[in-house]
Amino acid sequence: MTTLLRETLDHSSIYMPTPARIVAVEQFTELEKWFHLELPSGFTIAHQPGQFVEVSVLGIGEAPISICSSPARSNGAFELCVRRVGKLTEALHRLEPGSMIGVRGPFGHGFPIDRFQGKDIVFVAGGLGLAPLRSLITEVLDERGKYGRVALLYGARTPNDFLFPADLKAWAERGDIECHVTVDRPTDGWDGHVGVITTLLPKIDFPARNTIATVVGPPVMYKFVLQDLLAKGIAEGNIWLSFERQMKCGVGKCGHCQMHHIYTCQTGPVLSYAEVKDLEEALS
Amino acid sequence: MRILPKHLLNAWVERLRIDHRVVAPRESHGQYIFDEITSADELVLDYHSSVLPPKKYFLPPREDLFTFNAKTMEMSPVIEEIEPTVIMALHTCDLHAIQLLDRIQGTGHVDQHYQARRRKTALVSIECMQPCMDQAFCKSLGTLSVPEQFDVHLTDLGDRYAVDVGSDAGEALIRGMGFFWKPSDTDYDRFNEVMAGKWPNFDYRLDCDVTDLPNLLGASHDSTLWDEIGERCLSCGQCTKVCPTCYCFDVVDEIDLKLEKGKRVRVWDSCLLEKFAVVAGGHDFRNSRANRLRHRFMRKGKYQLEAYGLLGCVGCGRCALSCPAHITPIATLNTLNERRQASPGESA
Ligand SMILES: Cc1cc2nc3c(=O)[nH]c(=O)nc-3n(C[C@H](O)[C@H](O)[C@H](O)COP(=O)(O)OP(=O)(O)OC[C@H]3O[C@@H](n4cnc5c(N)ncnc54)[C@H](O)[C@@H]3O)c2cc1C
Ligand code: SF4
Ligand code: SF4
Ligand code: FES
Repeated sequence: MTTLLRETLDHSSIYMPTPARIVAVEQFTELEKWFHLELPSGFTIAHQPGQFVEVSVLGIGEAPISICSSPARSNGAFELCVRRVGKLTEALHRLEPGSMIGVRGPFGHGFPIDRFQGKDIVFVAGGLGLAPLRSLITEVLDERGKYGRVALLYGARTPNDFLFPADLKAWAERGDIECHVTVDRPTDGWDGHVGVITTLLPKIDFPARNTIATVVGPPVMYKFVLQDLLAKGIAEGNIWLSFERQMKCGVGKCGHCQMHHIYTCQTGPVLSYAEVKDLEEALS
Repeated sequence: MRILPKHLLNAWVERLRIDHRVVAPRESHGQYIFDEITSADELVLDYHSSVLPPKKYFLPPREDLFTFNAKTMEMSPVIEEIEPTVIMALHTCDLHAIQLLDRIQGTGHVDQHYQARRRKTALVSIECMQPCMDQAFCKSLGTLSVPEQFDVHLTDLGDRYAVDVGSDAGEALIRGMGFFWKPSDTDYDRFNEVMAGKWPNFDYRLDCDVTDLPNLLGASHDSTLWDEIGERCLSCGQCTKVCPTCYCFDVVDEIDLKLEKGKRVRVWDSCLLEKFAVVAGGHDFRNSRANRLRHRFMRKGKYQLEAYGLLGCVGCGRCALSCPAHITPIATLNTLNERRQASPGESA
């Protein structure tokens, strides 16, 4: 018998996490670490790519973090990539393998992957945006035959800021996914592309009508990427974005994540441009 | 409908007190607050408005969610099992507000903390005969009579109350008690007379129709009024504290000095406060007082309706009364309406 993690919410309190064990930690950059986690036996996370969990360090607090591992490979294990920016993430970064954290979720709606079948897909990742997209990319590559052409555009601040380097290398070597990376600021020895992420878009020549774009990155990135994707002729309903908002509960109760009439934690975090284009504050 | 003679009201309340905690409006320093009563004599049915709405009985300002041991990772939920409670003499606006809270807390993942209190609480409401304060605009918002969901509702007929029962929980407060009479034809006549007579006592305060409110707000997104009232707003959050439909909260952990035993607590929060919507990297989706005020008004008159099918404002007027900057919903909405009419088609 396996229990879905989200079912635990309805048993006692929707705010009470389930303990999870850190089984391994890898440092990607000065700020970002990759956590491999394991739920108690009998539990499974059963997420959609793009969904997130609320992560707790008891005594410190809680924060929403995207699941970066693929659903198919999850079972009781899953992965998170965490940037150290504040209270909770600093506490998390201090934890060693063997430590326990709390998790609730998975929450919200991820990428509607069933609707991507037979389509060409462009993944657009800015910085930490690669984390939620990795869950989707892995899923798509595992079932590669179901999709048309596939490309990843990934931008980092400097060559030292790349996340998931082993994956990037493996993807580049597969040949069935076009990978383009760029940095804002090169360091010595970098001979790759330099420039903001939109400068990579001209490299993609997929027929717009059959193309899905999935975009995850910092808020400032969206306006510019959207402009260019729309200019290419990609349909508004085929552009999927993940929205970051302050989230205190994940269950549509605390009000912090509200964007227009939408609770981002429930209806989002992944929404299509068609759904949000007329909502004030969504893209400001 | 049933009839409760006024001289039996106290006997009924005393009877309820045997197996219920009875909460009612009580005078305190010239204002009214909802509080537990220890004798039916303390009961006041004709009060103007309470400082805090009755939401505090379902969503306390501060509430433990669960306790934990950070070392062992043991956690246990804190679901407060309250004794059966009756809240007396709620105004219909507050009843409408509770209907909205019920819907929000019961949508999607059900909040068990809210539910545990709510399930054990029956509501006895009372028909308002006179406006409770200048700033109330219940008539404009359609909250001047009972909502679909109510338990027991009283209407003052002079020497007696007309008693309507709207739920099983309400029926349980009445059945077999012996204080309630069958109404006569004159009681029905009197009831109709009272209901018709009260209506003119209230004014429509809002210059547009309530059904037009979402359109008005939708057309007013870029209004300069937000900047004008934003200038005055102190970001103090008083308006959301006293609002019967505001429920946003923050979550904090408390832990002992040995970093072992602690609890996670939720506390009332306010979308008017700075940092409410800030995310990592410092990006703030509502970075000015004008933006935050606009969000609050949009929520009240538009967003909540779109999300839950009910308006987020019940017209109680409490926010207007408590705002140190004298920002009021009536003046704000009517000014938006005026400006829309002055420049139709354009942003107000
Ligand atoms: C759906 C979703 C998915 C996410 N996925 C990931 C992920 O995969 N990996 C990841 O690392 N992050 C992710 N995040 C972001 C993460 O949730 C935030 O970075 C979170 O705030 C970290 O919590 P913290 O307690 O460490 O930081 P906090 O202590 O909350 O501080 C974080 C930042 O918030 C701002 N801030 C907070 N409070 C204040 C204040 N009072 N004054 C000024 N500024 C303030 C600051 O900019 C600060 O840098 C995600 C967010 C969402 C909504
Ligand atoms: S917004 Fe003001 S008038 Fe409306 S319900 Fe809240 S406190 Fe009452
Ligand atoms: S009570 Fe008035 S001053 Fe205070 S936050 Fe609300 S609108 Fe601003
Ligand atoms: S995070 Fe609390 S409502 Fe969305």
